[in-house]
Amino acid sequence: MKEDSPLNQEYKNGENRLPLSRREFLEAVGGGILIFFSCGDATAQERRPPGYQALPADFNAFLRVGADGRVTCFTGKIEMGQGIITSLGQILADELNVSLDAVDMVMGDTDLCPWDMGTFGSRTTRFFGPPLREAAAEARAILIQLASEHLQLDEKQLTVKEGVVVDKNNSQNRVTYADLAKGKSIEKHLPKKPPLKEVSEFSIVGRPALRKDALAKVTGKAQYAGDIRVPAMLHARILRPPVHGAKLKSVDTSALQEDKEVKIVQERDLIAVLHLYPDVAEQALSKIKAQFDLPEAKVNPKTIFKHLLDVAPEGEVVTEGGNVDEGEKAARETFEATYLNQYVAHATIETHTALAKIDKDRVTVWASTQRPFGAKEEVAQALGIPPQKVRIITPFVGGGFGGKSQNAQAVEAARLAKLTGKPVQVARSRQEEFFYDTFRPAAVVKIRSGVSEANQIVFWNFDVYFGGPRGAEQFYNIPHHRELSHGPYTGLPGAHPFGTGPWRAPGSNTNTFARESQIDMMAAKMGMDPLEVRLKNLSDQRMIGVLKAAAEKFGWGTSPSPSGRGFGLACATDVGAYVATMAEVEVDQESGKVRVKRIVCAQDMGLAINPEGARLQMEGSLMMGLGYTLTEEVRFDGGRIIDRNFDTYEIPRFSWLPKIETVLIENSGFPPAGGGEPPIVCTGGVIANAIFDATGVRLFELPMTPERIKNALVEMKAKKA
Amino acid sequence: MFEAIKFKLNGRPTQLTVDGERRLLWVLRSDFGLTGTKYGCGEGICGACTVLINQSAIRSCQLPVREIKGKEVITIEGLARDGKLHPLQKAFLDHDALQCGFCTSGMILSAYSLLVKKPTPTESDIIEGMNDNLCRCGAHLRIVRAIQSAAEEMRGGRKG
Repeated sequence: MKEDSPLNQEYKNGENRLPLSRREFLEAVGGGILIFFSCGDATAQERRPPGYQALPADFNAFLRVGADGRVTCFTGKIEMGQGIITSLGQILADELNVSLDAVDMVMGDTDLCPWDMGTFGSRTTRFFGPPLREAAAEARAILIQLASEHLQLDEKQLTVKEGVVVDKNNSQNRVTYADLAKGKSIEKHLPKKPPLKEVSEFSIVGRPALRKDALAKVTGKAQYAGDIRVPAMLHARILRPPVHGAKLKSVDTSALQEDKEVKIVQERDLIAVLHLYPDVAEQALSKIKAQFDLPEAKVNPKTIFKHLLDVAPEGEVVTEGGNVDEGEKAARETFEATYLNQYVAHATIETHTALAKIDKDRVTVWASTQRPFGAKEEVAQALGIPPQKVRIITPFVGGGFGGKSQNAQAVEAARLAKLTGKPVQVARSRQEEFFYDTFRPAAVVKIRSGVSEANQIVFWNFDVYFGGPRGAEQFYNIPHHRELSHGPYTGLPGAHPFGTGPWRAPGSNTNTFARESQIDMMAAKMGMDPLEVRLKNLSDQRMIGVLKAAAEKFGWGTSPSPSGRGFGLACATDVGAYVATMAEVEVDQESGKVRVKRIVCAQDMGLAINPEGARLQMEGSLMMGLGYTLTEEVRFDGGRIIDRNFDTYEIPRFSWLPKIETVLIENSGFPPAGGGEPPIVCTGGVIANAIFDATGVRLFELPMTPERIKNALVEMKAKKA
Repeated sequence: MFEAIKFKLNGRPTQLTVDGERRLLWVLRSDFGLTGTKYGCGEGICGACTVLINQSAIRSCQLPVREIKGKEVITIEGLARDGKLHPLQKAFLDHDALQCGFCTSGMILSAYSLLVKKPTPTESDIIEGMNDNLCRCGAHLRIVRAIQSAAEEMRGGRKG
């Protein structure tokens, strides 16, 4: 093969590594200075399977300063667009006094990276950032100590710039990190907390940084799981049932008997055709005749909510205070409403993909996953081999949003690799992706609340059914309140006809839509401005801060709803961050179509490691949030998924783009909060409130499609007449 | 039916013997290993598979490979010349106009085609021209800005 052939490059990925002992592992990562540290996420520690990793158990990340002067961070976290490849690099570079370009990130490789729970819940910067800083500070201290010995100078006399230790009095006296690390093999576990830089000393953290992955992504060189090529690999297409819960009755593959190029594999429920080309495999699959027994459809988008209420378990307390019965007695007026939301898909542009390769007893799987170590367990279990024999490598992931937490495609690829003796890629088609997605669940929220003579909210009774507890916590100053969560967002047997799971800020979108709609409804009834009613019932200064910042940027003014201006607002706290969002909409009363003209979002996330990256996450969240707010719902009939592609499942596109303005509150005294999820949680509430302000009609169901808005307008007019 | 297809791929004359009915996307990804062109929906709806054929953006997941006979195909891998990024690539980089990056190849090549047709696009030209390319991460705002700035640079005569 010619040197410039694109395939030539790809084949390098086929190199497999042998099982790594601790010594081999240290050799594999190279010598130099190694700092092991533990991520402060307590849950992660608790959930680590005992004795699972051959590596020391008291750390779950480490960094290395190599003899080439490069600094490498090894972490089980993955990059799926949220930008941690850059923000973690910034933390490391700043604390260690090297340039961002000198930092490499090795992510989501289960042989090279210590065990990690997974990348979700906006946890990375919050829990991983602080120990990474400490490890970098420790490495710097060691390097300065080595430099002091090398230069025969007191440590106090030394300073570091861009990876070079220099004598403050004579800049000719200098030594590089690379020279200091050369020939060394120093392993150190992070002991007591080393002294950290002051925030004011940062020169990289807190400043905009261009994404480290951008060059690879604009040139087509960035590799995702489906882009990995190994010699002799086959592409598999798998026979799928038409409906969830269907049972295979008979299968006829005789039409493929003549075709020597196509390989057919059957093992229990797994029937696949394989070929060198995925499109040829796809064609072959269509020639298989299969009959299924179909289950009776029991629920549809109209009946699902009653069904969920019927099967919901008793509620578990999320937060409570005072006594709601007493509060109700003190109320001048009470308000009761039920809020609904339909199933929503993750709809990442990259579908679930994996390539599995088996060498003797070692399995390597390249997978698009948010949980590489979860995939490792799942693959090992499916093949009946110890997890130590499985290596998961996570290339770039083309969007996750919680949807890539399950790893069925990795298991299928591994099973097929074992059955065929060849490397096998499984890449879901878009239809399969919609079918097997673990949707954001349909959910119900019921709220009963009341106000006193003095227009103070005095009680709040909140029940969420199958949405999950996150975002139900009370942050308004309400003397008597109780928030209950009935059933998790992952569902319970018999609750949903298909899979549900975490979807960007799971629970928070559902709960925030309900809470912020209810607050607005109460404000309107009292004749109060929506901002005024919130400020009156809040004491948390950070929440008040984001509301005021958003109002100033937006030019909120004061007017009770409905004012006809089409202004809406909502606020929330999620994963440690505070957000307030304001929007202006235009509603076409004939068609029911909503145009969002502008959105302002103010966020207080404590110390922002990469403000530009944080703004990018805010803009992305706001845009994505408009989808679940206005159009996105997965239509179904029992286990049959009706929307299977982007023609009928409508996600936000360029023509939706409102004027977006983001405000980041400088609050570096507080530790970094999550940033990938909080800005999405308000969009349902803010647009519902803006539609009310524009038209006087309140929507209680997401998404607020033109049809639902039109129907609500007709209903309101009929009531008035 | 197998047939010989001659065309130009990223500037180089190329010949391929292939079933002419196969879709260009899979031929690029499998036969040529050009994996920068992505599968997103398989029905020409999302734009992740966009390539340039004679300077015009085409959905490669829909195009039978025989239709490229005698034509010039440019994929994302062929946009940078002599190691120099095209102004659109540079603008996407400078404006942080991507997150997960999976739609990026298609976005850049669609924008290229748009700028060939409209070298001085208004904001609404860009929005209209890009409207059938889907991005799930919500990088739309930055993508519009990147295209505006690339158009300006290209008008300045500094074509990549």
